[in-house]
Amino acid sequence: MTEASKSTSIGNFALSRRTLLIGAASAAAIPMISSRAFAQDAPRKGGIMRVAMGQANTAEALDPGTYSTSLSIAFAFCRGNNLAEYNKNDELVGELAESWEASPDAKVWTFKLRKGVKFHNGKSFVADDVIATFNHHRRADSTSGAKALLADITDVRADGDHVVIFELVNGNADFPNVTAGFHLIILPSDGKGGVDIASGAGTGGYKMTSFDPGVRIELVRNPEYWKENAAHFDGVHLIAVLDAAARNNAVVSGQVDAAERNDTATIGMLSQNSQLTIDETPSAAHNNFAMACTMAPFTDPNIRLAMKYGVDREDILRKTQFGHGYVGNDHPIAKSNKYFNTELAQTAYDPDKARHYLRQAGVESLDVELITSEGAAAGAVQAAELFSSSAAAGGINISVKRVPSDGYYSDVWLKSPFAASDWGGRPTADLAFTVGYAKDAPWNETHWQNPKFNELLVAARTELDEERRRGMYWEMQELCNRDGGAIVLNFQNWISVRTNKVAHDAAVSAQWPLDGYKAFERWWFA
Amino acid sequence: MHALGRTILYRLVLGLFSILAVSVVVFSALEFLPGDFAASVLGRSATPETVAAFRQELGLDLPPVQRYLAWIGGLLHGDLGTSFAGRAYTPRPVADIVLPRLGNTLFLAAVTAALATPIALFLGLLAALYRNSRFDRLVNALTLSTIAIPEFLVAYLIILVLAVKFPLFYSMSSLSPGMTLAEKLYLVALPVLTLSFVIVAHMMRMTRAAIIGVLSSPYIEMARLKGTRPWHVIFRHALPNALGPIVNVIAFSLAYLVVGVVVIEVVFVYPGIGQTMVDAVRNRDIPVVQACTLIFAVTYITLNLVADIVAIATNPRLLHAR
Repeated sequence: MTEASKSTSIGNFALSRRTLLIGAASAAAIPMISSRAFAQDAPRKGGIMRVAMGQANTAEALDPGTYSTSLSIAFAFCRGNNLAEYNKNDELVGELAESWEASPDAKVWTFKLRKGVKFHNGKSFVADDVIATFNHHRRADSTSGAKALLADITDVRADGDHVVIFELVNGNADFPNVTAGFHLIILPSDGKGGVDIASGAGTGGYKMTSFDPGVRIELVRNPEYWKENAAHFDGVHLIAVLDAAARNNAVVSGQVDAAERNDTATIGMLSQNSQLTIDETPSAAHNNFAMACTMAPFTDPNIRLAMKYGVDREDILRKTQFGHGYVGNDHPIAKSNKYFNTELAQTAYDPDKARHYLRQAGVESLDVELITSEGAAAGAVQAAELFSSSAAAGGINISVKRVPSDGYYSDVWLKSPFAASDWGGRPTADLAFTVGYAKDAPWNETHWQNPKFNELLVAARTELDEERRRGMYWEMQELCNRDGGAIVLNFQNWISVRTNKVAHDAAVSAQWPLDGYKAFERWWFA
Repeated sequence: MHALGRTILYRLVLGLFSILAVSVVVFSALEFLPGDFAASVLGRSATPETVAAFRQELGLDLPPVQRYLAWIGGLLHGDLGTSFAGRAYTPRPVADIVLPRLGNTLFLAAVTAALATPIALFLGLLAALYRNSRFDRLVNALTLSTIAIPEFLVAYLIILVLAVKFPLFYSMSSLSPGMTLAEKLYLVALPVLTLSFVIVAHMMRMTRAAIIGVLSSPYIEMARLKGTRPWHVIFRHALPNALGPIVNVIAFSLAYLVVGVVVIEVVFVYPGIGQTMVDAVRNRDIPVVQACTLIFAVTYITLNLVADIVAIATNPRLLHAR
């Protein structure tokens, strides 16, 4: 009650002040603008944003090379900036880089850096910092999580204080996307070729005030932040709350202002709470059943198609993810990706077609064993049971074999003809295909070797013409859909819950939960 | 008292040997853990050379006996070693990771014990005194229920009632730097309540059983026959002879509060030592695992030692054992 009256009075104040500013010029139009519109248009400063984070690990240190959980990814984006970032519409835009351009073979990339940016420790941001940061992650004895992503870099050099040139051994049209990764926030150089890690300084909207990895990280607003109209909170408290029920309790009882990675089973209950708002964005993370194209009976593409028509994706999505997500179409490209093939027909459950393709393969019925595990993916055991019952109508008899979680990914996955798996989202189409579908990829779980696909994959990587590149990725998705060995069941949603006091723009990024973990500089207290 | 002093010394030496034995067991058990820190940190894409270089940096390439002696040598100097996490850029001594968490755990344990022990003893005595009355049955039914219900369910029920439906307390006991004692006590109210339910039941039932056991002895009958008042019988004649088993269950409960509350830590987001150890095992951060295990062992051994000594001191028959 008091909250409501308070916000109304603030809204009225905004209206009267705005009225004064706009003056007589458009006086007639003013009564038509609601005070609410103003409250949303202009973010207000202030308040401590407290967020319950769903993943944390005490082994993570200040070095961004050690980051892997949501607590530290959010921390990285609070305290630092990258060369490029995804904006709220998921377009790649410059952050510490103003612009970039590539050589025609996409092997040499020139980044123009922003001027007048300062680190929290007072140092000015220059090309040396970029070089030191990238070398920190890619040097021979590096243990950074970003090392593999930067393996193609042969040289990073400065051209003056505000230009950095990267040379790659293989062309990569997605190189600017690589620089937006959370490991690669720019750290201040120590002047001796290394980076200053111990101070915790960055160029970001918040400065670290206390750091207890795996438990709690506190930050205050950086008053000299270079971004305009960003970092509205006075401070940010990132609190590790590993138990999903505890995260819900914390946001329901008002001890935090937002909580992320909420259990899909509880979203229905939370949505009935009038004090809370749920944000859901489609992620690129997905669940698969992988058929090994080199092992019987999946060597025949007709058998693979029969299997794809035997699975009821909608039913599995409804029963294992409570509808929070969207069905897959047997390729790893998410709807939020700009190369998502919007014209590819959705493969839907059709037992008659399953039977038809079995006959094409010369068999009347098929017996296969599907290996699954609790540890393979959330809901993987239930999904396998559902698949088994839906496929029976098409003449496919699936016996579900459940194995222990421990050691599933080291001993079972990649070594079985037919097994469940779980894929984290990759930011670009190239990465999604390269890590899991290319012929020599270590994680090519289906052992798929399609010459046309592999040819397109290499060609698309260096193709700088958008139109032609899109055509290639669309064709690759179709190849996966018709010929590939992966049954992509469903993509998951990123889910976060906030109290109604927290406001944000209509569009939010789907790179990660919480506006791609940029909520801390984009959201505000209404 | 000479005999008691000698017994204590003897027990202390035995305790030290137990701790030494535990340290050997812990060290060898960790040697057998599948996977190692270097490989788990560097991931599947790391080349064997990188892994080897990293193992050398961590000292994992040395023979186990040498590493064990280095560890024990450090311990004798009060040095718990350096965590594998953080490493070259921001090295973190194990003590910096473990001790603040241990402090939090001891705080929670101390508050719980201070609340639960008197209540448990009082309820136990009352139940013994009025045994088979309605009060006795009620207390028994309540405590047996709290033993039977898993602790995390008790925790969720308490949160549901006292933090969500009637928001009197916080559901999350996440401590932050610079809090006053009063703020801390308010924050830990719900975990303390939950843990109290669990340990009150054990202590109360043991108190009741021990007292009732003693109350059936002939010398209590004698005391009654000579007309001693019921409370006097219990405090002066029964309690001292029942103290041994009671102190034992109290010690056991205290040990549980220090080493066994990781579930409660997770539910209430309390930064205790249990979660530290779970994280460390997952990360294969061996120095932290070793430190935590050793702290747990020392806690158990010390509390058992104290319980034994109290039992011996209050029972002359044990002191002058023949």
